[in-house]
Amino acid sequence: MFMFSALRENVRVLTACLGLGLLVPAACIAAESPQLGQSVSAAEIAAIDFTIMPDGTGLPAGSGTAKQGAALYQQHCQACHGDKGVDGINDRLAGGHGTLSSEQPIKTVGSYWPYATTVFDFIRRAMPYATPGSLSDDEVYALTAYLLYVNDVVAEQAVLDAASLPKVEMPNRDGFVWATVVE
Amino acid sequence: MNIPPDAGNGLYGRRALLRSGLAGGAALLTTSAFADTKLRRPEWMQTPGGPMSAAGAPSRFEAHVQRTSIRSQPGTDGSGVSSTPLQYLDGVITPSRLHFERHHSGIPDINPAQHKLYVHGLVDRPLAFDTEALARYPMVSRIQFLECSGNSSALIAPQAADLDCAAIHGLLAVSEWGGVPLSILLEEAGVSPEGKWVVADGADAAVMSRSVPLAKIMDDAIVALYQNGERLRPGNGYPMRLFLPGWEGNASVKWLRSIKVTEQPAMSKEETSKYSDLQTDGSAKLFTFPMGVKSVITSPSPGLQLRGPGLYQVSGLAWSGAGRIKTVEVSADGGQSWAAAQLDDHVLPLCATRFRVAWRYNGAPATIMSRATDESGAVQPTRAAVMRGRAAGSFYHMNPIQTWRISVEGQARNVYV
Repeated sequence: MFMFSALRENVRVLTACLGLGLLVPAACIAAESPQLGQSVSAAEIAAIDFTIMPDGTGLPAGSGTAKQGAALYQQHCQACHGDKGVDGINDRLAGGHGTLSSEQPIKTVGSYWPYATTVFDFIRRAMPYATPGSLSDDEVYALTAYLLYVNDVVAEQAVLDAASLPKVEMPNRDGFVWATVVE
Repeated sequence: MNIPPDAGNGLYGRRALLRSGLAGGAALLTTSAFADTKLRRPEWMQTPGGPMSAAGAPSRFEAHVQRTSIRSQPGTDGSGVSSTPLQYLDGVITPSRLHFERHHSGIPDINPAQHKLYVHGLVDRPLAFDTEALARYPMVSRIQFLECSGNSSALIAPQAADLDCAAIHGLLAVSEWGGVPLSILLEEAGVSPEGKWVVADGADAAVMSRSVPLAKIMDDAIVALYQNGERLRPGNGYPMRLFLPGWEGNASVKWLRSIKVTEQPAMSKEETSKYSDLQTDGSAKLFTFPMGVKSVITSPSPGLQLRGPGLYQVSGLAWSGAGRIKTVEVSADGGQSWAAAQLDDHVLPLCATRFRVAWRYNGAPATIMSRATDESGAVQPTRAAVMRGRAAGSFYHMNPIQTWRISVEGQARNVYV
């Protein structure tokens, strides 16, 4: 009897698969979920969700200025990225404005990056290289402000926070075209 | 071969092999006339060999077959690349220990019992899947290529650099990837109608992140748990990675920890400032996901010495992010004439295909190249075509025809034509 009911179930799933126009009904049968996902609290999701969107969704509380960021930059970033984001052993972070269509394009935070939110997002994810996660949100805001300041994007006293950072207009904001169409 | 070649300078491709009628002549059976001959035994035939072992390793005489061109950002040792030694391999499968690497902050040492994959964002039910649970899900396995978007970037140099096949093209590998279709997990969580993208995060120290269109995720993305039959190697994302067939490798986020469904891409540092394609007009392309149709002759290639005139097999790999390889043509006269290559039996979609032609090398300098066409009709472009409109230093998505110049000494060298 079990065999028959299983058979009926297979026929039902097959019919459903064929109805969807799938080419390989067997794969459809095999693709039923055992439903083992554990429900997760909003607090647990918040603790693993690093994503910050260009509209500021995901930005935490806190704030910082370039003035505060200058000392932090010296302490955590200068060794790899050089004074004021130039001439370091690793990626150049400042300058290069207006060079993208030249014979020697210089891609930096200021000359290339389309969104200011990405600066905060990346520092909070991945920097400082040896000790990611060691900076407070205030410190990340301050470093973000400093990098935007040395790129002449914000003033030294500008206070960056969840409200003001998404409003920062990056110089190359409109320099990108999508190669992939997403409906 | 007493049959006419298919193309100039002694190339015998698929047509010539068919004409030659592959049936071989009967071998002559003989018996030894030397009754008092002492049977010869080299050293390794004189005593029993080595014991069983829990895991195998290559012969000690193959110790030179290793990942090469290993380099990392200044001041780091895990933020860089290492290359698959393509010129020492045949077939299409890349042994897992030789699969190229590209890491952004080293290889994390993840305890699978403490790792979870979170599916959240625009879903009805945020869910977490631990490694053990995922292993109970329906799985699929497919033999497919993974290619770093920056593969072959050495070919942007104005002068052809003296580099070998691995150093130029070795950010490519082929594995049998096994895992759970991500669509199953997303359906379990229930995707909201406004969800159009997912943001994938890794559990490495850089929390490496890419945005991927939901359509690709639902089409053929898997959470890979297995590579070539065993659990993923740590360098390839243990215990789980995103695998996006045919797309630039960076988007197949390793050590997958979080899939967040969103309306828009996050515009992460990698997808905007790094894996984007700057054009000469100053504009840059975002989200160039599929890898272009491409091929390369792996043998002969730099470092593999041709030992005088005679018959050689020219062999290489061809692949495309658009599907199956349809044809590969090989030239031994600098592109003046081409022979259709023989393709090994298994021509799989979004996988590399091994191609072969016979070549009667006459000992004179020669210029060899291969050109692939995929099932979408796309033809591998020339270097000049690939460089057109590309800003200086813009090095992703390089798929030009590779040319090797064979010297009178039988050495191959990277050249531009």
